[in-house]
Amino acid sequence: MNPKRKQRLILISAMVIGVVVAVSLILLALNENINHYFDPTQVVAGEAPQDHTFRIGGMVVEGSVEREIGELQVRFGLTDYQKTVTVTYDGILPDLFREGQGVVALGKLQGEVFVAEEVLAKHDENYMPPEVAASLKKNPPQAAN
Amino acid sequence: MIPEIGQIALILALGIAVIQAFFPLAGAQLGIRSWVNVARPAANLQLLFMLIAFGSLMYAFIDFDFSVKYVATNSNSKLPTIYRISAVWGGHEGSLLLWATILAVWSFAVSLFSRSIPDVMVARVLGVLGLVSIGFLAFTLLTSNPFERIPMQADGHDLNPLLQDFGLAVHPPMLYMGYVGLVVPFAFAIAAMLGGRLDAAWARWSRPWTNIAWLFLTIGISLGSWWAYYELGWGGWWFWDPVENASFMPWLVATALMHSLAVTEKRGAFKAWTVLLAIFAFSLSLLGTFLVRSGVLTSVHAFASDPTRGVFILGFLALVIGGSLALFAARGKSIRSYVSFDLLSRESALLLNNVLLVVVTFMVLLGTIYPIIHNAFGWGNLSVGKPYFDLFFVILTVPLAIGLGAGQLLRWKRDTVTNLFSKVRTALIISVVAGVAATALLMPNFTFSAALGIGLGVWIVCTTGKAIREQLKARSFTSIPRGFWGMAFAHIGVAFFAVGITLTSVYSIEKDIRLAPGESYELGGFNFAFDKINTISGPNYSGNRGTITITRDEFETVLHPEKRTYFSSSMPMTEAGIDAGFTRDLFVALGEPLGDGAWAVRLYHKPFIRWIWLGTIIMALGGFLAATDKRYLRMASRARRQRRQAAVTVGATA
Repeated sequence: MNPKRKQRLILISAMVIGVVVAVSLILLALNENINHYFDPTQVVAGEAPQDHTFRIGGMVVEGSVEREIGELQVRFGLTDYQKTVTVTYDGILPDLFREGQGVVALGKLQGEVFVAEEVLAKHDENYMPPEVAASLKKNPPQAAN
Repeated sequence: MIPEIGQIALILALGIAVIQAFFPLAGAQLGIRSWVNVARPAANLQLLFMLIAFGSLMYAFIDFDFSVKYVATNSNSKLPTIYRISAVWGGHEGSLLLWATILAVWSFAVSLFSRSIPDVMVARVLGVLGLVSIGFLAFTLLTSNPFERIPMQADGHDLNPLLQDFGLAVHPPMLYMGYVGLVVPFAFAIAAMLGGRLDAAWARWSRPWTNIAWLFLTIGISLGSWWAYYELGWGGWWFWDPVENASFMPWLVATALMHSLAVTEKRGAFKAWTVLLAIFAFSLSLLGTFLVRSGVLTSVHAFASDPTRGVFILGFLALVIGGSLALFAARGKSIRSYVSFDLLSRESALLLNNVLLVVVTFMVLLGTIYPIIHNAFGWGNLSVGKPYFDLFFVILTVPLAIGLGAGQLLRWKRDTVTNLFSKVRTALIISVVAGVAATALLMPNFTFSAALGIGLGVWIVCTTGKAIREQLKARSFTSIPRGFWGMAFAHIGVAFFAVGITLTSVYSIEKDIRLAPGESYELGGFNFAFDKINTISGPNYSGNRGTITITRDEFETVLHPEKRTYFSSSMPMTEAGIDAGFTRDLFVALGEPLGDGAWAVRLYHKPFIRWIWLGTIIMALGGFLAATDKRYLRMASRARRQRRQAAVTVGATA
């Protein structure tokens, strides 16, 4: 092997190793920072992990939003028209949050209650988060409400 | 009547785009002079028809023509005039029309400012622009016609209240100027491959266009970030939202492209790489359009959408990427560079810049599309969290900033470690000392990341200062070329930006709290007193307006955050109250009433957040200086002289 070719081989192997290391690091970090999505039926069935951040989506149950007078903390029911999960949130709800609307919440399940760190409703009032739309398609709204 | 004129103009524009694509490209390939000459008039005519179409839609908005579906959906009789104008691009159909119109503007600009470029090359460039134009006009006409009629409505539905704002009136046109502008270096790259001529001249022609597109993209993205900050009421300025990423990825690649074009022009190296970057920059801006317009992702920007649109853009994207990569593969042999450089040289530094920027792009791309891939394989729904992006962004941009400082002091081709070290020694000492000292003395508490951020900012400023002094050794202050000043400004902008991001993310204090009138809360050394809340009414909304007095020692300011409800959609909207300052912002937003007269109130103290946008403005200024460098003008005037001489010779022989 002549020296030039050897040099090139070293360079290429170094680059390949670099890329492999970088990609595996990225994938590792990606895996630690992904948030899975569950619908209320799965959560009630116990498929969602306790004390681990994930997302839950559904419709806010009509008449379920309650808050102690003068308190910031709010509590509401989130449903996919099959099962309902109680969500609590300590903060300011987004402008588009309303009863009967689709929302996605990010947070942890503590016992039976989902404690949200973040509640997302969307810019467009006709918009439904795709996950919510998909789980509603799976479980069409019947006489449940 | 007017909407029909717009519709016809749009169809004619499509016809002209076909002509603009076919004749110049075929003519250039077959050597038919008269076909080549079609390019410029076709581009001009296309702009004319696009302006007629765009003007017609704007007229329909101003004139309250609620028999046009798009107008009825996005406007309302009570909407103020300025927002009726910006409503033209407030929805999907109009955004596409704006896209196509801006494409015509760029094509016209190319036909106007390309006197120094051989006609055959211009014909190819305009031909490629015509091809892209066909794609977008067909898309508009087939899937999203803005001129579609419906029975006359009594009143319109109203523009999304979030979009009724100055920042958002100007954000889309700026962003689109940048997005679409990247088509120009792309067209130059394709044209050069078609002609088999990838030389320094080609890089010189592309550079000012790339700079200008980049400058618009920079302004557009930072306007969007600024708007999200004050209008969404969350007080954040960047969320790693898929749509934000969609605009950030082309920016990253365009930044890499600017640097690699510099190497190609000055040294003739990196040719193939530069071509690839030009292809990817434009492909990513198409991908951005796809992500925004197809609704495949959960995003704050996701609009209710129609899947056929997504399929169309995806097909177009595949065609563009596939076609240009196939061309690249076919011409790959002829675009080798035969230039060598040492491991320590300006070329290597720019290579490092390019590699890092591309890796950042890859990281962002992976995080953005990972949920789609995951879902497509039926592995369930997920989203990628902010920590992933934050982590990698920091890991990758720190070496980028260090390399930036050293790179501008390196010589082309070959340099030595001792030489480099003697140049950066002072800057290195100053930045370490300044980073540690400023954090320890001026900040509330010492953190390593704050010291690192400030240190990097100072490092960039000092090394840029050193680079200016190096220039002054060789020439007088006034004869330093503008291109150099462009680089210096852009880099100083990066310094401001880096310091702004670091200090905002480390020292911001945020609090959601319950406040009743008469109560107050202490945050970041400031006293926020909630004085009272009144009801207000605007032209198309009603709402509540709070009065909050903020005091600290001698300082006092009164903010008026609002909560509005728009009549047409009964959608509540938060208008934050912000006291902007050079070293900190105070931010107050109203949540909802909690009963008992108390309100949920959001209070923020955000140090140095303005530096983020200040940095981007300085960067954009740098882009402007670089794009208006004298040598581009000189290039044009030289060409004009040559042409005149040629005309004289022809006259003499005749």
